[in-house]
This record gives sequence, C-alpha cells and structure tokens, in this order.
Amino acid sequence: MEDEIIQKKMMFIMRRAPHGSIYSYEGLEVVLITAAYDQDISMTFIDDGVFALKKDQNTDGIGIKGFMKTYFALDDYDVQKLYVSEESLSDRGLKRDDLIDINIQIMSQKEITNIMNEQDVLFPF
Amino acid sequence: MLHTINKSPLTNNVLYSCINYTKENDPILLYEDAVFVCQKGNKLEPIINNTLKKNPIYALKEDLDARGITNLVDGIKIINYSGFVDLVEQHKVMSWL
Repeated sequence: MEDEIIQKKMMFIMRRAPHGSIYSYEGLEVVLITAAYDQDISMTFIDDGVFALKKDQNTDGIGIKGFMKTYFALDDYDVQKLYVSEESLSDRGLKRDDLIDINIQIMSQKEITNIMNEQDVLFPF
Repeated sequence: MLHTINKSPLTNNVLYSCINYTKENDPILLYEDAVFVCQKGNKLEPIINNTLKKNPIYALKEDLDARGITNLVDGIKIINYSGFVDLVEQHKVMSWL
C-alpha cells in the first residue's frame, strides 16, 4: 500500500516578540519541523510578532543565541508564504526597510483575515 | 471561525488583536482571565458593545463563577464547558493566547 500524504493548510501565527519569551523561537522551530512533512505552511506575523523580522538584531549582550538567521533558511524548507501585517508594522514605527531581506508579503489585517479563514489549522505562537 | 481569549484584555491588547482579525458573525469565547472583561462598567465595555453588534460573545460560566463576576455587560452569553465543546466542534479555532 502506498503511503498517502494528507496535506493540510497550516498557518503559524506569530504574535510575540522574540527574546522576551520562548514563543517566537519555538514557533519557528515547529515550522521547520512541520516543513519536513510536506504540508502547505504559511507564517503570519502580527502584533509584536513582527519584531522577529527586525534587522540588525544582536543578542550577544543578553547571552542568548539569536535565531534571526534561521528565517533566511525558510525558503530552503519550501516555506514561502510569509505574511506580515501592515497595521502591526506601522503601529510599531516599522517599515519594510527595517525588516530583514527575505521574501515577505505585507498585507492588511483584512487580507490576512481572509487567508486565515482558508486554513485547515491555525497554530498561535 | 471561533476565536478564544484566555488572558485579561484589561492588561494587554489581546481583545483588539482578536477583533482586528475577526469576520462578521464569528463567535468569540472568553474564558479563564479573559472573563474579567465581562464585568459591567469596565473600561472596555464600549468595545464589547461595539463588537456585539457583529459577533456573538460567550463567557465560560465556571470561570465567571470562580472570579465572582456576576454583573455582566449586557449581551454576553454565558455557556458552560459543554457549550464550549459544542462551539469548538462547530468551528475552526483561533486561540488568542
């Protein structure tokens, strides 16, 4: 019998800032693990979650290993749907240029809400 | 889609986040510390009232009871654990943790 892969639309909702709690890091880890199972994965950065994509992060002084570089590897794992809330960025004084240079799509809350509703499962982090 | 909130909207902006990504008629369920926002007269009552025009809001009875919240903002529906399970069964879920 052939193994059939059941592919689901899974969205990881990243709402927490990095470093202050483990959520952001763990969320990214789970995305990488899930990517190994050929699922239709997307990541959505809203609220303080957008800070995970801030460029120029340097965690040397706080004694933890930064994980920002891992975001550059997502493409290699075929995780290409990265959505970022336009409102969350502007609420925090951030623009596209303030974020790391990876392939993201900046969208309105309304557009993100529509994509959220197309998902089979949502994983909040 | 069912949206659930379990942290107090009076200490963080979770209610706003939830509402921003909610479609009309999507139910919102408040449980654990989120039920504090059901207290009549709290500062977010106008937001609750506004949301109630488009979305049903439920609060978990056991959590209201545990916290002595008896005087509720009008229009919030009280449900028990079994009602919670029914909602989860009927919808996809987004947990605003």
